[in-house]
Amino acid sequence: MIRPLFQRSIAALLILFATIVASHAVEIKEVVSPKGVRAWLVQDDFVPLISMRFAFKGGAAQDPAGKAGLANLMTSLFDEGAGDLDSETFQVKLDEAGGEMGFTADMDNLMGSVRMLAEKRDQVTDLVAMAVQRPRFDQAPIDRMRQQIVAGIKGAERDPETIAERKFTEALYGAHPYARPVYGTPESLAGISKADLSGLHRRMFARDNLVIGVVGAISPEELSVLLDKVFGDLPEKAELAPVDAARTALGETTRVDYPLPQTTISLVYPGTRRDAPDFFASYIMNHILGGGTFTSRLTNEVREKRGLAYSVSSGLQSSDHAAALIISTATRSDRAEETLQLIKDEVARMAKDGPTTEELAEAKKYLAGSFAVTNLDSSSAVANTLVMMQDEKLGIDYIDKRAGLIDAVTLDEVKAVAGKLLTTDPAILIVGQPQT
Amino acid sequence: MPTSFLRSIVSISLAALLSTIAPVAIGAANADTAPAPQAVAEPPAATKTDADNNEITSFTLGNGLEVVMIPDHRAPVVTHMIWYHVGSADELPGKSGIAHFLEHLMFKATKNYPAGEFGRKVAEIGGQENAFTSNDYTAYYQQLAPQALEMAMTYEADRMENLVLTDEVVATERQVILEERRSRVDNSPSGLLAEEVNATLYQNHPYRLPVIGWLHEMEKLGLDDALAFYEKYYTPNNATLVISGDVTADLVKTLAEKTYGKVPRRAEPGKRERPQEPEQNTKRIVSLADPRVSRPSFQKRWVAPSYANARPGEAEALDLLSEILGGSPRGRLYQTLVVSEGVAAAAGAFFDGNGLDSGSFALHGSPRGEASLEDVERGVDAQVENIIKNGVTQEELDAARNRFLKSIIFARDSQTGMARIYGSTLSVGQTIKDIQEWPDRIKAVKKEDIQEVARRYLVDGRSVTAYLMPEAGAPDKKAKDQGGGGAGPSEVLPAEGTVQ
Repeated sequence: MIRPLFQRSIAALLILFATIVASHAVEIKEVVSPKGVRAWLVQDDFVPLISMRFAFKGGAAQDPAGKAGLANLMTSLFDEGAGDLDSETFQVKLDEAGGEMGFTADMDNLMGSVRMLAEKRDQVTDLVAMAVQRPRFDQAPIDRMRQQIVAGIKGAERDPETIAERKFTEALYGAHPYARPVYGTPESLAGISKADLSGLHRRMFARDNLVIGVVGAISPEELSVLLDKVFGDLPEKAELAPVDAARTALGETTRVDYPLPQTTISLVYPGTRRDAPDFFASYIMNHILGGGTFTSRLTNEVREKRGLAYSVSSGLQSSDHAAALIISTATRSDRAEETLQLIKDEVARMAKDGPTTEELAEAKKYLAGSFAVTNLDSSSAVANTLVMMQDEKLGIDYIDKRAGLIDAVTLDEVKAVAGKLLTTDPAILIVGQPQT
Repeated sequence: MPTSFLRSIVSISLAALLSTIAPVAIGAANADTAPAPQAVAEPPAATKTDADNNEITSFTLGNGLEVVMIPDHRAPVVTHMIWYHVGSADELPGKSGIAHFLEHLMFKATKNYPAGEFGRKVAEIGGQENAFTSNDYTAYYQQLAPQALEMAMTYEADRMENLVLTDEVVATERQVILEERRSRVDNSPSGLLAEEVNATLYQNHPYRLPVIGWLHEMEKLGLDDALAFYEKYYTPNNATLVISGDVTADLVKTLAEKTYGKVPRRAEPGKRERPQEPEQNTKRIVSLADPRVSRPSFQKRWVAPSYANARPGEAEALDLLSEILGGSPRGRLYQTLVVSEGVAAAAGAFFDGNGLDSGSFALHGSPRGEASLEDVERGVDAQVENIIKNGVTQEELDAARNRFLKSIIFARDSQTGMARIYGSTLSVGQTIKDIQEWPDRIKAVKKEDIQEVARRYLVDGRSVTAYLMPEAGAPDKKAKDQGGGGAGPSEVLPAEGTVQ
């Protein structure tokens, strides 16, 4: 994984949205608790469970200099003791209540995920409230989790893909926090103290910094009580360090030579921010070039016609402080140069001529229909979608509006954005047999 | 059709067992390894009408195709899956990989439609599609709007009997599966090791063959091999159709008769009799050292019964044994080796009980800090010996059982997950009743049963131990400060994955 560009940022998932069939499928209610905690709810009694997802703005980009890995380490400690319960007691109680609670961090957000049987709502959310508001960060669990993470980092340190991703990320982002590994380094992790964890928690876990999505067998009134219990006593305002926009350094090729049977290739072009006016034009263009179906130009040329790769794709990725269009594939080493050239040729063709009218029409139809299929398969998927919509400030009626936004994109707009993004020399990563 | 976007349902990331998102990941894992019933998922009385409509039903067409319908009306989406009861373990000697290769070729032309037309129709409405192959089954699916179900059924029924292949198409697609093999296996030390561990674990049963095939045999697979396999196994009487989602059983029946009902019985594949394992009498060791590896790890595996062939209650007991030992951070391995003794970065257990002819049981671990791999291996062995000698407590059995029962309810939340549970289970000869009675059988397991299956199946002298080591040479088991953890790419997966 190349971080942060390659990680599934909230924005990257969001771009899967489309509407039409979805508009009548999801009725989103906004619930505001007495203490002012706000959440989006899709009430649904089909399965007697409740899924809750939430995200605190911040994430690993808030790790102080020299303390990379702080936010990630914190995510491993929420079920390791909270309030007056030590690690063992907390975990036994959560297990007895049948609750599932997990946390994860990317560069921009620290996200929580909870799933419970509806009948165990009170027991589980008592524990979640403790974890969110009063994590203990006891020294023994800190040391154990730190050692596990360090072991994982050291375990990967001779893997050529891992080495290459690190090198490439540093080349792309330079001094920006995005250049740092989310997991940190053995050295940075060694310097992290309990006070660092408590400090980041205090600065990041605040009510003005939080979005929540809930799906399942719970009424708005019940949710309102739950929200105050879990989040109501958090500080009102977060104190985040400002993060500059990242300047992605393109145009250079990074090579990691290793005698592998297959060479992996990545190309990074400029992307389009989620809030830019030509976002949908970019998204449609990317879909036609190498988006997630078997009908894309790159799949057709590289895989279907020539059998050069099992997978070739492009993705438009947008995080809070950077945006990129990324193409990736893996091919037999003796044909790596040919494959790279083929991809460059397809990019150049898209940059010069854009898509055809037919391709544009097909892409619009795909994007309109794919929302329900890719976003509504489970309660957790819907809850995730609710969090992403709020994180990107898309509005509660976004699903209804989206079809129109896609449909309004013109061929000229797609051509313009193809010319804008794809005429830049990309950053290229090649991992495999050295070229002679 | 393969893609790297979708991951195998049985390739459970061991990293997920570690810390951050462990509870969620484990719930999902249980859902995949354990059949789930529909009974627990009935909505409250307030929506009684819906409850009536949410019953899982099945029927069989005149040509022998079994159809299962799993209602889920929450979103306007339907999952359509056809499961052929054939996989890599049914291949002829020397033709390893042909089941998976045919899966790829099924996306080419038919007598009625050009290559790619089905895929374009699915994409045109925003649908998703893919396929995957395992030892015992090959499945194709689309997920799309209910209005498009008839379209999908029409094309899927068409390619059950009308596939047309040419040498040119076969030659190009063979390059694709060779690239797939390089990605999954040849580029990765853990991939290479997993393949050879499997070939060692099974001495005679074709489960020893990699689903994707051995490289030298894949290179020679041709058009005739693919068509022979197709003509022998792709017939309605050798398949199960599973439809889950926002459609009614009546509509499914009408459409099934109109589409698949027109496909004749094309062949009689007969009973699936594959070479069976002889008695195993040796402890075997497989070791791979690679300069890309900086953290040693081990896994230990046994052939064990599966749900399809176990004596009553044994597979359920093995499932619970794996949960008690190492199915979650509450398991004995994690609590002892990672938390109390602090010698392991990771330690866990896994039972795969889904095979037609057998299952397998796996333990794994890697060291951290100053501990050696030997310390971890010894600690893992000690936990097994302890259960064989002293059994488990009622409390830990109840806790493990409750996690399973909860996972069944959670499983009903995923439309595709439900379709996969029913399709994979019915493809190895089990019944809907078997799936729906699974919770009752789990409830019936006693702690003595757990001890008994541990004693009977986790016999050291019949195990295969695999080492993935940093440098050349035999396992020196001295880890220095290189332990294991969740972030590394060189995890050893205990289960044979499906290939997409």
